[in-house]
Amino acid sequence: MSEKATPILETTGLKLHFPVRGGIFQRATNSCKAVDGVDLLINSGETLGLVGESGCGKSTLGKTIARLYKPTAGNIRFEGQEIGDLKRKELQPFRREIQMIFQDPYESLNPRQTVGGILEEPYVIHKLGTREERRKWVKELLEKVGLPESSINRFPFEFSGGQRQRIGIARALALKPKLIICDEAVSALDVSIQSQILNLLLDLQKELGLTYLFISHDLAVVKHVSDRIAIMYLGRIVETGDAETIYQKPAHPYTQALLTAIPVPDPEHIPSKQILEGDVPSPIHPPDGCPFHTRCPHVEERCRIEEPVLENAGKKEHLKSCHLNF
Amino acid sequence: MSTETPSASLLSIRDLCVEFDTDEGTVRAVDGISLEISAGRTLGIVGESGCGKSVTALSIMRLLPKPMGRIASGEIKFDGTDLIKLPAEDMRTVRGNRIGMIFQEPMTALNPVKKIGVQLSEVFFLHQTASKEEAWKKSVEMLDKVGIPSPEIRAGEYPHQLSGGMRQRVVIAIALACGPELVIADEPTTALDVTIQAQILDLMKSLQRDLGMAVALITHDLGVIAETCDEVCVMYAGRVVERAPVKTLFANPRHAYTQGLLASIPRLDGQPKTHLRTIDGMVPALKELRPGCRFGPRSGREHTETQLEARPEFIEIETGHWIEACPVCTE
Repeated sequence: MSEKATPILETTGLKLHFPVRGGIFQRATNSCKAVDGVDLLINSGETLGLVGESGCGKSTLGKTIARLYKPTAGNIRFEGQEIGDLKRKELQPFRREIQMIFQDPYESLNPRQTVGGILEEPYVIHKLGTREERRKWVKELLEKVGLPESSINRFPFEFSGGQRQRIGIARALALKPKLIICDEAVSALDVSIQSQILNLLLDLQKELGLTYLFISHDLAVVKHVSDRIAIMYLGRIVETGDAETIYQKPAHPYTQALLTAIPVPDPEHIPSKQILEGDVPSPIHPPDGCPFHTRCPHVEERCRIEEPVLENAGKKEHLKSCHLNF
Repeated sequence: MSTETPSASLLSIRDLCVEFDTDEGTVRAVDGISLEISAGRTLGIVGESGCGKSVTALSIMRLLPKPMGRIASGEIKFDGTDLIKLPAEDMRTVRGNRIGMIFQEPMTALNPVKKIGVQLSEVFFLHQTASKEEAWKKSVEMLDKVGIPSPEIRAGEYPHQLSGGMRQRVVIAIALACGPELVIADEPTTALDVTIQAQILDLMKSLQRDLGMAVALITHDLGVIAETCDEVCVMYAGRVVERAPVKTLFANPRHAYTQGLLASIPRLDGQPKTHLRTIDGMVPALKELRPGCRFGPRSGREHTETQLEARPEFIEIETGHWIEACPVCTE
């Protein structure tokens, strides 16, 4: 996949802070540092898996990259062009290139629109095609995601969760984007349906040369679909590398704990769990020094003071942000 | 627990049928299932959404939503008495006392406007007629037992002040407060992150070791099943299609549905970016179910009309390994 890896998207020092308001005048008294200095690189045609626990900022990062949020600081470069500070109007051409698939297929589809209407809307917004052409494209989209043509006049409630997710995927594909951000796209589905959707995403990637940013908390799923993986903790990337390296030789203690915490579907497997104590700290008051030091089993004095940066962890393109070596 | 005779099961369900009245008529959410849990053991109940696993749990607790839901037939024997025939008053002395329940969503299972200590005290109050002070003291002890730091302070806090993992610990504390013989855990870790899930499963295991209760663990996660259960029941469309000791089930699944389920989960050691095996179609709607082999239409194997109309028998093929013996799905 990455013989000649050309970056399609690159973020540097990306931050997104939500104001926390208080007092009678609702002044911003503090900020929730959801994304706090993220450097990320996605190569064209690959799948980058983004893993982390709830509240780590992975969804916010996805939405910021799709420019559903305006970053507080930092850069987002899409195919070499800065999109972090573009205005609404200027963004419109990029909306065609970056699309999202959301977690909950029940909430992300308008219940009062027919499937045909939902899938036609992107073309209408971007003023593409005539009525007949759009109708034809919608039919092609349905076929691509494996739904019958008759779905066109039906409403979302008539479909099951898996089928709705297919509608969501079709909508994301409508404008022939280059990058698709899958935000927990299979988390709400049952295993037998989840595997159908994962297969569909893999097929579409092969067929259309798509790039995915695959956000999930399920490490087994991420391992299955990703070329490279980034692990996120408290608004920061703590480790990135190719999928095999991350799973075979995780360098960051958080990644190590995360991997041993996954229950293995094999009763003969003897779990060697490294159970992390405590909870993720609040992103409003992140700890000083290394963000992970409050839960890290190997914590040392300097972890409490000095914040580590992403640096080489041995192998090519394998980065970690940790002072210690294992 | 002292009254148990060896090898006798603590809970035994025979041919349980549960029906719901809906706008479109009566549907059968649970259709004649049988299962057993021995004292001190863990039974996993696994299946996809809508297969009837939660309804089974609610039936054991006699907590089916009224008036739509009812137990149509069958028996639920707990320590020799049939819970279905028990008068409501007597059931109250069992529920929460001898059988505890852990719910999935810790935020909705707890009362948001009552202090945690008060909610826990209620259990002692109801079942052990303790004084207020004593109930509070016991509550604090219980919070300590489930690993909540500084329990004296936490007891005076409200659920919203705790994190998801801590809340689930409180729910567990409530379920285990009276030292029940059986705990029904309905997706206890589904709403939690993996590192927190590992904490909670570890806690449940160690409490089970200390208190010796039996656990019925309902989940859709086969990984959780493999790590925590002694025995497994696989449910599909209101029926148990396979029941076996955990090692047997994973090593030698006999029913096509169990095989499909095991094959469709992505594994850490699997070949990345390859097609996963899938199960075609989706779980049928309850009102469309036919009496015969229910997995037939999705199995990808040819079933005759008779096989789809006549209910296959539930048979024991080797000790402890039961299957719904549709000849096509189990060949």
